[in-house]
Amino acid sequence: MNKSMQAVYGWLLLLPAIVLLAAFTHYPALATLWHSFFSTPRGSRPARFVGLENYALMRDDPVFWQSLWNNLWFALGTIPTSIAIALVMALWVNRNLSGRGFLRMAYFTPTVLPMVAVANIWLFFYTPQYGLIAQVLQVFGIPGQNWLGNRDTALPALMLVTVWKESGFFMIFYLAALQTVSPSLREAALLEGASRWQYFRRVLWPLLMPTTLFVLVNALINAFRLVDHVVVMTRGGPDNASSLLLYYIYQVGFSFWDTAYAATLTVVLLLILAITALVKFRWLDKKTHYQ
Amino acid sequence: MTHKLDTLGAWLLGLLWILPLAYALWAAFHPPAYATRFDLLAPLTLENFSRAWNAAPFPRYFLNTFLLVTMVLVAQLVLSTLAGYAFARFEFRGRDTVFMLVLLQLMIMPDVLLVENYRSMSLLGVRDTVFAIGLPYFASAFGIFLLRQTFKTVPRELEEAARVEGAGPLQILMKVYVPLAKPIYVAYGLVSVSHHWNNFLWPLIITNSVESRPLTVGLQVFSSTDQGVDWSVITAATLLSAAPLLIGFLLFQRQFVQSFMRAGIR
Repeated sequence: MNKSMQAVYGWLLLLPAIVLLAAFTHYPALATLWHSFFSTPRGSRPARFVGLENYALMRDDPVFWQSLWNNLWFALGTIPTSIAIALVMALWVNRNLSGRGFLRMAYFTPTVLPMVAVANIWLFFYTPQYGLIAQVLQVFGIPGQNWLGNRDTALPALMLVTVWKESGFFMIFYLAALQTVSPSLREAALLEGASRWQYFRRVLWPLLMPTTLFVLVNALINAFRLVDHVVVMTRGGPDNASSLLLYYIYQVGFSFWDTAYAATLTVVLLLILAITALVKFRWLDKKTHYQ
Repeated sequence: MTHKLDTLGAWLLGLLWILPLAYALWAAFHPPAYATRFDLLAPLTLENFSRAWNAAPFPRYFLNTFLLVTMVLVAQLVLSTLAGYAFARFEFRGRDTVFMLVLLQLMIMPDVLLVENYRSMSLLGVRDTVFAIGLPYFASAFGIFLLRQTFKTVPRELEEAARVEGAGPLQILMKVYVPLAKPIYVAYGLVSVSHHWNNFLWPLIITNSVESRPLTVGLQVFSSTDQGVDWSVITAATLLSAAPLLIGFLLFQRQFVQSFMRAGIR
């Protein structure tokens, strides 16, 4: 096949995917930026150019800042914990423990369940007085509380659900990586008199680094992309204490119908994701190679 | 000694992890009076399921979700195969730039572009349809990437042999590349189906009628408005909506785990 035929075929094969990608990913990303400089059209009043007015509004909007901080705390609270638990799970499942099949199933099951479904179950766990956690605490004589209705515990309660849901998913990647580690490394290390901890710290952990980075990026994106549990369990409350950025965008865009301001908030979210992408492509892929 | 401790720890964590599902099973299969009381002699019942099934249009929600995941999967497989083939085996100017633009979707997903995609669906006049839920996901950067990687590993000699027999580019794709990528298709299919079965926020926004709502949204509408605090019925509905995936997972555990592994390691 000559060069120009290659090009014709290449573009024709790409065409359907490219058109749809452009229409529902690239165009909306740019349109978001564009609309953030306009006012929200209301009734007969069309949108008009307002420059940076929406951004000024955002700067002075305490709910935006709270959602952003909540989201950062949420990421900070869930990511290291789920990665640590995932690693421990993988190390256990990778060994010849009795009941390994059951353990792998138990760890991984939350991954295949819909977040909406599990959020409903956890909602009951957190219910004051007769929820499961309250009942267990009662046995020990500890007074329970309204976990989702309290400003201090609402966000951590959501974090717990997320850690529970994601750890098993991340475990898979560690498990795959562990299966490529030669057992002779362990034998050699133990022969040299290394303790288990030293073997993990000096041998396994460096070997697992690419996996950790990969999981880290995935977890970071998920922390900003998934708000199903917020919708089901707290609706951002109480007092926006558990509102995450995307949830606030959803509220502004589809409860208050202020689409221009929702676009402005989305620009911030896109910026966060773009920075993640940049770090990933620039720095991570040098180590894990994409070609 | 440490082995025993490991086993103990692993089992404690395992039981803790399975607890929410175990509780859901308990509450769903026992009368409401036992939803918060744990008694081994409690009578078993299927009544919660039939009450949930009749209290909301779950058959319709099932149909919608089924249509949604099928439609998305078929579109994704076709589009990703064609695009992955182009990226893997055709030389043309601008290819690598376009590929980078495609990869952008791995980071900036339709999931976060709610406002603009809602506007587009309104313009297209397809709001509140199953088609509109699926449309933004038809072209999948992840699928394209996965198939490009796979097609690149196919030896050129196989392609040459088919070409000598007079096969054109599309025939080569169908006869040589697609059959060799079968495990990847299975892996991608499982990941895609479970993702779209579970997807919630976008369907919540773009649908507002029984005719288009998928299970996840239907479940949320059901548990937040109709039921008050009848946990037995809510857990029964919850299990119903997750059942096909859950049963599939329990039956084909190995394939599921391997698929998520394969699809994740790029």
